[in-house]
Amino acid sequence: MLTQELLQRFKPHKDNILQILHALQNAHPEHYLTDEAMRNVAKYLNISLSSVYGVATYYTMFSVKPRGKYIIRVCQSPVCRMLKSSVIFDTLKGVLNVEIGETTGDKLFTLEVTECLGRCGDAVSMMINESYYGNLTPELVKEIIQMYKNK
Amino acid sequence: MPKETRIALKNIGLIDPENIQDYIDRGGYCALKKALNQNSEQITEEILRAGLRGRGGAGFSTGLKNRFTSQNTPGNYGYVVCNADEGEPGTFKDRIIMEQDPHLLIEGMLIAGYAVSAQKGYIYIRGEYSLCIQRIQKAINDAVTAGFIGEKILGSNYSFSIEVKPGAGSYLCGEELTLLESLEGKRGYPRIKPPFPAEKGLWGKPTLINNVETLSHFPSIIENGAEWYIQMGTEKTPGTKIFTISGNVKKPGYVEVALGITLRSLIGDYAGGMKEGKELKAILLGGAAGTFVDASMLDYPLGYDLLKEKDATLGSGAVIVIDDQTLLTDVLKSILEFFKHESCGKCVPCRVGCKQLLLLFDRFCSEGDERLLTELEKQATMMSKTSLCPLGQSPILPVRSILRYFKHELILETQ
Repeated sequence: MLTQELLQRFKPHKDNILQILHALQNAHPEHYLTDEAMRNVAKYLNISLSSVYGVATYYTMFSVKPRGKYIIRVCQSPVCRMLKSSVIFDTLKGVLNVEIGETTGDKLFTLEVTECLGRCGDAVSMMINESYYGNLTPELVKEIIQMYKNK
Repeated sequence: MPKETRIALKNIGLIDPENIQDYIDRGGYCALKKALNQNSEQITEEILRAGLRGRGGAGFSTGLKNRFTSQNTPGNYGYVVCNADEGEPGTFKDRIIMEQDPHLLIEGMLIAGYAVSAQKGYIYIRGEYSLCIQRIQKAINDAVTAGFIGEKILGSNYSFSIEVKPGAGSYLCGEELTLLESLEGKRGYPRIKPPFPAEKGLWGKPTLINNVETLSHFPSIIENGAEWYIQMGTEKTPGTKIFTISGNVKKPGYVEVALGITLRSLIGDYAGGMKEGKELKAILLGGAAGTFVDASMLDYPLGYDLLKEKDATLGSGAVIVIDDQTLLTDVLKSILEFFKHESCGKCVPCRVGCKQLLLLFDRFCSEGDERLLTELEKQATMMSKTSLCPLGQSPILPVRSILRYFKHELILETQ
């Protein structure tokens, strides 16, 4: 039902597929593209399910597996790595008790890595859903995570 | 700090990016009016005489691209595509323009569209740049309301519309032909060229593809003329360039200065020098698909041709400053991992090659055998000759340059 309403917002042209997949993924509480959603997209755009799946699995911002409410993407580009993003990863892994790619037991956070976020002037940087955080230190990271937990 | 020379960043910090009137009050959309009073060939002539070159990384003549596209557009529906898929590590210049002065890009695109007789433009913005997507969308809506975008713009016979298209996380989509595939709603796989986009681009139609920073130079060039523009910069690369300086400097950030500037000035004058207690070891110019240089290049003037003579590249304008306490093996490893992650897998040399480079370099890091570095360069060279697109052709740039300047350091680091 919800999927159909979302789909209607876009013209049924194949070139709208990235926008459609973004919208469906963002609307899902677990931030991912379900099989049903992808089938609906295929039907709506009149293309094969395999082409929808092909697109969904090519782009790193999409997931076909359930994720947390908040997606944490830590930059692993050469600049952030040089300025010790490894410390930030270790802090996050410790605080959340997950490895990269995993979701916390309470389904609140998923920890991911990302390529350059274009925030090299504020390295080390990360995104949580659509918000940016830069000049990260272990203390700051802990504060940010606490802030999201309190939301 | 010496003064910057700002063209693409001329309004940054001086206007409210969400208020079109602010942009108009600073002379915005005057260049569009001026352009519409000339014929389209005159616009291309002006861009050619200005010697503007693509600011996305390749440095190709923008005027020639215009000409090639317009040769194919008479009676043929064509497109202008803005490449805003900024993903080169160490680069964040396009983000600043889109977040802080979205109308400048839109005005540049409208002029480019007029020059090549296109009627539709797409701005392909990387998915992670959510604020850019919002700001550009708002700017488009406001420009439509104000009559700068739409049918018969400002009473002329020129009609043009612009649509924002978000990406979804793929470095490769910054490569122009791959970007077109993505715009058409497909996986980001590169196309074989030729044909070039000027001939067969989006949906097989002639397409002009330019970077955000490049298009942002159009309004100033049209308004002030090519003669004004070529007074800045070097003989072969006139104008200004945005440099994004990051790494171990006191004040990382962005600056726009005339080309011909030196790394010493960029780092010392604009970025506050090295961080306390750190010495300069290397600079990675142009991002992951860029080249390493050492301190001997500090006083060399920066320009596309000038750097080519030194086998270095200006690329996107990324200046990644590496200090003496950073292990260069770590830096190269992160670059090779980056390429492996971003290789799309369509062509064998890149798919297998990126993995091989990483395996070889890992072996070198544990064994310290110099012959493995020779093999690394050999394989990267082979990839550069046989890969389908610039991704597989790029690892040779950092590999060859790091070996030229820092082979000894790499070996020492493994001991």
